[in-house]
Amino acid sequence: MYTQGLDQQGSQDNTEHANADREREAAFQARIDGEEKIEPRDWMPEAYRKTLVRQISQHAHSEIVGMLPEGNWISRAPTLKRKLILMAKVQDEAGHGLYLYSAAETLGTSRADMVDQLLDGRAKYSSIFNYPTLTWADVGAIGWLVDGAAIMNQIPLCRCSYGPYARAMVRVCREESFHQRQGYELMLALCRGNDEQKRMAQDALNRWWWPSLMMFGPSDNESRHTAQSMAWKIKRFSNDELRQKFVDTTVPQAEYLGLEVPDPDLAFDEESGHYRFGAIDWEEFFAVLKGNGPCNRERIEARRSAHEEGRWVRDAARAYARKQAKRAAAQAA
Amino acid sequence: MTGSIDVRAAEPRLEYVLRLADNALVLGQRLGEWCGKGPALEEEMALVNFALDLVGQARMLLSYAAELEGAGHSEDDLAFLRDGMDFRNLLLVELPNRDFAFTIVRQCLFDLYQCGLYEELQRSGDSRLAEIAAKASKESRYHLQHSAGWFVRLGDGTAESHQRVQAALDRIWRYTGELFETDDVETALVAEGIAADPAVLRSEWDNQLDRILREATITRPADDGMASGGRHGRHTEHLGYMLAEMQFLQRAYPGASW
Repeated sequence: MYTQGLDQQGSQDNTEHANADREREAAFQARIDGEEKIEPRDWMPEAYRKTLVRQISQHAHSEIVGMLPEGNWISRAPTLKRKLILMAKVQDEAGHGLYLYSAAETLGTSRADMVDQLLDGRAKYSSIFNYPTLTWADVGAIGWLVDGAAIMNQIPLCRCSYGPYARAMVRVCREESFHQRQGYELMLALCRGNDEQKRMAQDALNRWWWPSLMMFGPSDNESRHTAQSMAWKIKRFSNDELRQKFVDTTVPQAEYLGLEVPDPDLAFDEESGHYRFGAIDWEEFFAVLKGNGPCNRERIEARRSAHEEGRWVRDAARAYARKQAKRAAAQAA
Repeated sequence: MTGSIDVRAAEPRLEYVLRLADNALVLGQRLGEWCGKGPALEEEMALVNFALDLVGQARMLLSYAAELEGAGHSEDDLAFLRDGMDFRNLLLVELPNRDFAFTIVRQCLFDLYQCGLYEELQRSGDSRLAEIAAKASKESRYHLQHSAGWFVRLGDGTAESHQRVQAALDRIWRYTGELFETDDVETALVAEGIAADPAVLRSEWDNQLDRILREATITRPADDGMASGGRHGRHTEHLGYMLAEMQFLQRAYPGASW
């Protein structure tokens, strides 16, 4: 009797909770529909919080891992000016990583936890960075195509419903569009150069084109997260819409460079005003996602070894800070 | 442009400017290697920031050197088309980075040197050098603040970090004698009021270093078996590999513009 009574009591509580949750969720959705920003102290559904932590931390990890393929060419940049531009760019990526980690921290997950998740393989980062940078032209192709695709994805995020993320993205987008122009300018210099340089540029486009299209994620009917993220206004356009926009913008840029887009099915459709493009090899996409891209292991190993080799430095900094605090306390006493 | 540029018989002012330029370029190149490897993101950014400043200084100095040379070369020609025997940098800056302790200790010793040097050069009778020095001096002071901060933090941190810093300083010490060497080129330029006097720089460097060492609880090594030769193009084996990597594209595709 007694236990049954408790059970009944409990289920009544649960119903009340469920009702309260439904009301809060409705109020939350109403704020989102009214284009209000959600701030860290506001109530939010757990799933909203989880989705954002996943997305923002993935984005931060992508910035950090993305430093590796480009950093690969810092020591070999062909002029001092190009070396400066590349170093400054890679530094910007580190900066983006830092403020994205900060934005994610406002949701109650620490940067240390997020980094652990990256290092032990639980968290993902953009698959594009699992491709190698084989020639100097790859530095240009990354700026032009990868940053170009990133901007398409990220500009709508400046209006994302979560305030700290939206605000971080305003600055990220400004810098990314600068990087995109620098990358294109690098490609232009190669395409106006000698035959060997043009060959380098074409080879880079051949290798980076399809992975860039894959950056927008699976096709809309395959994408697991799209519908809910759209309702929450974390996402504003579907993967396929953004991919189409990228193709429409980028193909004329390739033509201006005098490069050939490696897609025999690519054609301009007068009626719709869009470029129609060939089928994406999703098997390759999922293979890279699974860890079998050309550089997945190398990228994670590089981050792990930086983390491991830096452990004694971080320990020393903490030990020194403790000593200093003790000294200050002793002096005050 | 094919082959290597030979600037061995440079007139004193060109010689001096190339020495300054090569120090900045070679250390900038080394620091850039930290990208993706730092002990924390913030530190990686700081080290690459220093690399940016140093390569920026190298560009100004190499452009000036190219003007002084008057042979139609550019800053990039001088950076990418000279062979090791024509590089005038101190041996200290070409040494491989090794661990973070070594990088920080080297940086701190070099920053102390640059701070004194560029402080003096702001009053150089050569107005171009004085202008470059004004910018480099500001940057060096900022770098020193950072590197000295880490020198102390690591020296007085854990037993491991202390040991690493002491080992790094012991290893590097023999490359510090060269900082204050002088030769006919510099003696003549000091007399003209163009170059900084190494003897003056030395005492201030010693004083400041002793203060940092005390705070870091690190022991100053003995001056023994000091290495030399960088100013005159006689380098360690490390420089050749660095240049092979740095100059690869310019060497592989002669005459291309990038």
